Amino acid sequence: MTDEVMARAVGGPHAGFAGAAGTGSGSAGNRRGPLLYSDVIRERWRRPRFRGELPGASAVAEDVNPLCGDRVRLMVALEGDRVATARFVGDSCAICTASADVLAELVVGRSRAEALRVDTADVLAVLQADIRPTRMRCVTLPLSVFAMALNGKS
Amino acid sequence: MRLDERTRPDFPILERVVNGHPLVYLDSAASSQRPRTVIEAMSQYYARSHANVHRSIHTLGEEATELYEAARDRVQRFIGAGSREEVVFTRGTTDGLSLLAETLGRTLRAGDEVLITELEHHSNIIPWQLATRDRGAVLKAVPLGEDGTLDLEAFERLLTRRTRVVAFAHVSNVLGTINPVAEMCARARRAGALSVVDGAQAAPHLPLEMSALDCDFYVFSAHKMLGPTGIGVLYGRRDILGSLEPGRGGSEMIKEVWIDRAQWNDLPWRFEPGTPSIAEAVGLTAAIEYLEKLGMERVAEHGRALTRQALEGLAAIPGVKVYGPPATTDRGAVVAFTVAELHPHDVAALLDAEGIAVRAGHHCAMPLMRRLGVVGTSRASFSVFNSPDEVGHLLAAVAELRAAL
Repeated sequence: MTDEVMARAVGGPHAGFAGAAGTGSGSAGNRRGPLLYSDVIRERWRRPRFRGELPGASAVAEDVNPLCGDRVRLMVALEGDRVATARFVGDSCAICTASADVLAELVVGRSRAEALRVDTADVLAVLQADIRPTRMRCVTLPLSVFAMALNGKS
Repeated sequence: MRLDERTRPDFPILERVVNGHPLVYLDSAASSQRPRTVIEAMSQYYARSHANVHRSIHTLGEEATELYEAARDRVQRFIGAGSREEVVFTRGTTDGLSLLAETLGRTLRAGDEVLITELEHHSNIIPWQLATRDRGAVLKAVPLGEDGTLDLEAFERLLTRRTRVVAFAHVSNVLGTINPVAEMCARARRAGALSVVDGAQAAPHLPLEMSALDCDFYVFSAHKMLGPTGIGVLYGRRDILGSLEPGRGGSEMIKEVWIDRAQWNDLPWRFEPGTPSIAEAVGLTAAIEYLEKLGMERVAEHGRALTRQALEGLAAIPGVKVYGPPATTDRGAVVAFTVAELHPHDVAALLDAEGIAVRAGHHCAMPLMRRLGVVGTSRASFSVFNSPDEVGHLLAAVAELRAAL
């Protein structure tokens, strides 16, 4: 890790991003540098599909990202063992919002056990963005909140 | 010649290209950058003179001790302290405030009060929470007025005969508010309370004169004023420091030790247990030399000019809100702002893509964020090496942000 950072520092502008930058979809908003704000993130942040309250939710949890103060609450309606609907609200950045929105979409229709197996890699695969380590917690916060909700810790 | 035209060649890091753009470093309130003289002084020290200080009876030990104690003299002159005994080296502002809260905390009794303010950094909140909680004492905070300055009438009301310590920032790390230190310290003294001033954001920018501020304690860090990380200063009035039991123990802070007791060392070493940050003291000397060569009055004026440019420019961009006292007031060299519906972290990440480094988030001041009614803000802060052109880049980039996300 240290070597990689040092190499980026001495290697000039793009040396450190060459490998990672190829994974994202192109975006007019990211004219240069890493594709942090992929089209998926921009779209999900501007028009989230699963944002809102869910009255009568059977499982709810909320947590804060101590790094930035982001707050996410996830509400899940279970029908028997199946996740029928999921909604989220919160004060969060574009990456965290997009992650919560994608997660809600991924878990709907799955059994509890299946839904809990949805992991960071699944969300990242949809987001199509180059998330650097400092922002990874923005992606994982909704996942940990979802696990808290289904495991009854809120 | 403008100050930045003179200083920029001295800062090797400004040669960095970040995301295809020349680095525009606007995060000195978190940690500034260092001129070559500081880097070289530390590297020379390690290459030629390093040994432990004070008890090494050999040439290198003597050199290291001389350099370390010379740093103390330099600091004493820089802040206008009455004597070198009043200058205690710490690991930084957080460490200095913790040391004071631990040490003064032991003198608190149930029902005693410690008074802080709503605009404090967590470093000047948490140590007092711990200290008061442990002693059954009470922690209170002076509220902030709508204009981003402290409510001094409330301060007067909150200052009671139970108040033992008043602890507050000289300059707010978010709002840039410059608090009336001398006046607040005088009022604290009249009420029989000790004053503790967090000078982390003031020492890099303002000429300091302890006798004029007339505080009991003043703390700051080297790394925000062009010096190294890992060293800071705790100034304490000699009579008060001398009356305090040390809060922390170890080598160097004692004269004689028995199994069940010890005799404390003289000031200032009584409060410096363990091997200190020696190379960092050498670096701090170089940083102070650099700042003094520029002249602290000029440094302050440069910061004011960039801050005014940023405040006025940002306020003119649709959707941008700036926080803190108006541009016409005297402020520290920080500007906190929000951009419409954008989250501060997204603002910082999008600016980083343009090579511009700003801070985003709660700035370790969550109670203040709550008071302002925001999750966080983005913050640009300035140092001697920043130019009006760089502020111009920031303004142009911020104006484009909403279209970029």
